[in-house]
Order: sequence, then structure tokens, then C-alpha cells
Amino acid sequence: MSDPLLNPADPANVFACRNLRVFVQDGDQEKEIVRGVDLTVRRGRKHALMGPNGSGKSTLAAALMGHPGYRVEGEIWLEGERVDQLEPHLRARRGMFLSFQYPVAVPGVTVANFLRASLAARRGTEIPVRAFRQELNEAFATMDIDPSFITRYLNDGFSGGEKKRLEILQMLLLKPSFSLLDETDSGLDIDALKVVSDGINLASNEQNGLLLVTHYQRILNLVQPDVVHVFMSGRLVRTGGMELVHALEERGYDWLADESAAIAEGSRA
Amino acid sequence: MSDATLRETTSQDLSSINDDYTARYGFHDPEDYFLKAPKGLNHEVVEMISRKKNEPDWMRAIRHAALDTFRAKPMPRWGDSESLDSIDFENIHYYIKPKGEQATDWNDVPEQIKKTFDRLGIPEAERKFLAGVTAQYESEVVYHSIREDLTKLGVIFMDMDSALREHPEIVRKWFGKIIPTGDNKFSALNTAVWSGGSFIYVPKGVKVDIPLQAYFRINAENMGQFERTLIIADEDSSVHYIEGCTAPTYSSDSLHSAVVELVALDRAHIRYTTIQNWSVNVYNLVTKRAHAYTDSVVEWVDGNLGSKLTMKYPAIVLKGERAHGEVLSIAFAGHGQHQDAGAKMTHVAPNTTSRIISKSISKDDGRSSYRGLVKMGRGATGCKTSVECDALLIGDHAVSDTYPTMDVAESDVRVEHEARVSKVGEEQLFYLQSRGLDPDKARLMIVNGFIEPFVKELPMEYAVELNRLIELEMEGSVG
Repeated sequence: MSDPLLNPADPANVFACRNLRVFVQDGDQEKEIVRGVDLTVRRGRKHALMGPNGSGKSTLAAALMGHPGYRVEGEIWLEGERVDQLEPHLRARRGMFLSFQYPVAVPGVTVANFLRASLAARRGTEIPVRAFRQELNEAFATMDIDPSFITRYLNDGFSGGEKKRLEILQMLLLKPSFSLLDETDSGLDIDALKVVSDGINLASNEQNGLLLVTHYQRILNLVQPDVVHVFMSGRLVRTGGMELVHALEERGYDWLADESAAIAEGSRA
Repeated sequence: MSDATLRETTSQDLSSINDDYTARYGFHDPEDYFLKAPKGLNHEVVEMISRKKNEPDWMRAIRHAALDTFRAKPMPRWGDSESLDSIDFENIHYYIKPKGEQATDWNDVPEQIKKTFDRLGIPEAERKFLAGVTAQYESEVVYHSIREDLTKLGVIFMDMDSALREHPEIVRKWFGKIIPTGDNKFSALNTAVWSGGSFIYVPKGVKVDIPLQAYFRINAENMGQFERTLIIADEDSSVHYIEGCTAPTYSSDSLHSAVVELVALDRAHIRYTTIQNWSVNVYNLVTKRAHAYTDSVVEWVDGNLGSKLTMKYPAIVLKGERAHGEVLSIAFAGHGQHQDAGAKMTHVAPNTTSRIISKSISKDDGRSSYRGLVKMGRGATGCKTSVECDALLIGDHAVSDTYPTMDVAESDVRVEHEARVSKVGEEQLFYLQSRGLDPDKARLMIVNGFIEPFVKELPMEYAVELNRLIELEMEGSVG
């Protein structure tokens, strides 16, 4: 039997990318931020992606979702199908989700209207008001968000913690098959971190998968990833389990920098 | 959570109508008039209009003098003077009287005209949520009605021509007193050839709790419509007046030039709401001004969606202590359109307050300008004003400009001004798209959010209609 990790189309995999390269325009030059990433996430698995500031983690997450500011080469697979040529909204409708590090405000658009439109887009059908209201109330209770936020304008004047809770609330409602969580732990106090982690764990099941981007251990202790990757200078330089998290916590990233350089050297050779 | 919070989404979703302006409003009736003045502007036309209306001599004299003033006045050198210079005043019909007498029952309105107003939804709106309606077709008001209980309370709501006949003493007292003939070239033009418009008098202490509406329709090509409106809210009274307008789409230009005068006496409250949706061959050059007496409140809620060029700056003169003035406006400039709109606040009395919120959306090669003046004269102490201009640009060719002027003579005042220009942001679009919304829907949501502060001030029915209009305007736009 072949290893499902080798075949991106294998039904056991919820997400895969192959030789993914991401470029940004920098003046009149193109700069390569992600330099060839192969990654496979099996159903039911939680992956963590750790790396120092500026390593390209957020770029990788946004590019996977289809951000128009990047040029992308390579393959992106979602539930056995290529999605790299699809616009972001089509990736979202097929089950990809990105929890933003800095969710933008959209003044004048209420949280309720936004969520109802998003849910309708994801499910392909309008949600009756009564059912929607009930679903919303439950999700707000789960994420410990005051119900008054339902009528507020989307992310407008929200604190950092409030924004992150609302991101995970969307994850709960939209039920994505694969979630990219970009620094969902940043700027959270210990109580908020607990609520957010509980939300992520609640949203996770045997059928979906996620990639949690962070550079801190504390959320990983709460979410307990199955697989941990270290990402430096646009490449995955090491893959392991929670022991890798502890090693990074003790020793920092420097000891891996040499390995990263060695890999870069190797790819150039 | 209330149903109200969900209504907006529903209305947006329901309104995926793929019609454009031409199909919905741009149609025209065959021309079948009682009287159509030949093109051109001269004393004979002025005389003819006045004679046909059997006006008193004093009004006729005002008209003739106004024509001379119009001719003497130079064209404004600001706004869009190039476009203004291209108006051919000799290629316009200054007066058209449709067939039939003014009716108080829609069944008595000539069939073709009734059909037009049916198609525009006016009788339906009247049944549902209005306390009174006038409907003007070309130069004359063809239908008018007011709820009986309001008449019993002494509220007068009729067309201006009828008011001149039936209430000459009130008209003579106020006509041209808020906006003198020579205020500007177009107020002079209106004064010379005015016809139709609304007259409202609300007696002391009477609160008109649901809106009165006027609808203005141009039908003929090269038409000039010059309605004249005067609203007087006596002490402690209140009234909300709404006007809407549309016209057929022609390849040649029409001209709409109204004068609107408001008087809010002590402690009165006037709200004047406009949804301007002329076709893109109409010049819309309108003068609007209010006098606000002690403790009164005047609000202009001004939405400009249509027309080729609009130049309009609703003004409030705060004459009495503690009077409050507000202008809340949105302008939408699409392909080939220029919306030069704004506001003018003149603080005369002490402790008066004002607020201007101007929002504009420019799309394609459309251009919106905010032009505003806040003046605080000597003696206007303890006054406050805040001015907020927000411009949203869609696409790389849209233009927005802001000309705010503050002229403050006293030091004991508070003046706040804020101006922002933003593009429909890539990050906002990406965020909404990442939640499954397609780019058109995402863009529409951002734009609707942008105008939300304006829309929420409108009666529900108008809010729905405005969202629908914006949706039509946004269709197929490239961000």
C-alpha cells in the first residue's frame, strides 16, 4: 500500500501543497518569499508551523488562501482537488479557511449581515433567519463574546482579542475542512487564549485538518498539534512532534539556522 | 438579535435585479401636451408663463426682473465651469403643461401619466407610508393629496402655483426672502421661469409624524424643470419632507434648476430628504437654503445618484440662539458624472451648532467633489461645528476632491474637520472573499457599509430603494 502522504489526491489527505513558491513584487524586482514547500495534512491532524519573525509564515498562509498580492507557483490541493487556480472565494466555499493575524475592519457592515452572507456562500443556500439566529447565539456563547457584537460593525473598533475570538467563531460556523490559523494567539491574554484554543479544539474533528502558524509554545500546549514544522527563510527545515516545540523553546531558532543554510546550499548545488 | 438587523442583507439578496436605469426610469411617454413653449429664453416666454398661470402683477414683475438678473450674472467659475459653459439655454423648453387638470384622485390623472407614476411606484408608496403626495410632470403638478386629519389641523401642502392663488399673503411674505433672486445665476433663472414645486405650512405646535413627499418627473427631451419650493414650519411644529426625481435617458441635455426655501421658526424641526436620481443627460443646478430660528433644528438629508452634473450645496443660516443645522449627504458619481455637492452653514446667533457629514463614492471616471463653507460671524460665540468628509474610490480612474472652507471670526468656538479618502481596499476585499463572498458581492457590501450612516436616516422603504440603486450602479464594476 502506498503512503498517502506521497499522493496529494489521496482521500486520507485534506490538504497538500507541492513545490510551493511565493513571490512578491519588490520595486521592479520579484522577491521569492516561500521557496519550495511540500506539505501534506491528513484528515484529523493538527499541524503547527513555527518560525522566527520574517520567515514568511504569514505570506505562506495568505498565499495558500489566494491573496491577490502574490504570484504563486506549485500545486495546492484541497480534499483531493487542485485549487491553486481558484479565486479566494471559491477556495473558501470548498472548505479552506484563513484566520487572519490582523482582521480588517469593514465599517457599516454588521457582524450579523457579514456572517449570514458568509454562511450562505459556504453552504450554497440561504439560512432562515430563525435558524441563523440560534446558531449565532450558540457560537457567541461558546466564544464568550457579548451578544451585542452581533449588531456592531465588522472588526470596527474591536480589541485584538475580540477580533481573534470572532475569527475562531467564524471557523466554528463555517466548518472548514482545512483551516489556516495565522498567529491566532498573538496579543491574547491567558483567558482569551484559553477560549480561543477551546474553540479551535471544538472545531477540530476526524474529518478536517488545520495548520496553526505561531512562534509561541503556549497555544501549542493547549491545542496539542500532531505534527510540528519549523519554517525558516521560506523553507520547512525540520518536521517532528511536540518535542520540537520544547527544543525551540529552550534553544531558540539559531541552532536550526545552520541546517537551513545547509539545505539552501544543497538546493543550489 | 432583532429581525431589523437582518433586514439589510435580505433586501440586498432580494434585489439582484439586472435592470439598468434606462429600463426602470429612462423610458418616456409619447408627447401629448396642453401647451409646450417653444425653445428659448426671453421676456415673451416669461410673460406667457405668468399669464397662463393668472399670476398677480407683483409676481410677474419679480419674474421679469429675475430674467434680467440672470442675463447680467456671470456663470460660476467654479464647480465644473467647462460643463456649465456648454449649456445651450436657447435649446431648452422652459414651460410644458401636460393635459388635464390637477387631480386629487389618481383615477383622474391622464392615463399615460398615471401609468408612468404607477411604474415609478408613487401611488403605492402613498398608500403605504406617506401623509401626502404631490407629483409633478414637466412643469405642472398633476396630482396632489394630503391626509384629511392634517388638513383639519391646518397643515397646508399643495403645489406652489396653487399656494400663490390660495395663500398669496404667506407666499408674498417669504418668497425669495431666504434665497434672493440674485443669489446666483441659477436662482435668478428659477425665479424667472419657476413652475410647480411644493408649498408647505405647518401651524404652531403641529407635528406631522409621517413624511410628505413630492416626486418630480421630466418626460420631454430638452426640458427645463424649475420647481420652486417653500416650507414654513411655525413655532414648535415638525415636518419631514421627501423628494425624489427621475427622467428619461436622452442623448441631448435637459436642465433641472430648483430653488428651495425653508423657514424653521422657534423650536420647529424640519427634515428635508432628497433622493436625486436624474438620468445622466440632466444638469442639476439647485439652490437650497434654510433659515433656522431660536432652538430650531433643520436637517438636509441629501442623496445624489443621478444627473450629468450636480451643483448643490444645501445651506442653513442659524439665525436664532441654539439653533442646530445638519447636512448629511452622499454622492455617487459613475461613468460620465460629476457630483459637485456639499453644504453651507452660516452661524449668525450665539451657541448655534452644526454638523456636516459628506460621503461620496466615485466609480469608473466619475468625479465627486465636496465643497463646503462654514461661517461663524462676529457675535456668533459659543458655536460648534463638525465637518466630516469621507470619499471612497472604486477603480483607478475615479476622482474625488474636497474644498472645505472655514471662515471663523470668533475665538470662543469649536471647529472640527476630518477628511478621508480611501480606495475599496484590497485587504477588505480579500477578507470578505476569504469567507466565500464573490468579488462583486464583497465590493457591494463594502460600499453599502460605507453609506450606512446615511441610509439609516432614511425611512425603511427608501433605504431599500437606495441599496437597490447602489447595487445597480455597482454591477460589473472593476475594482
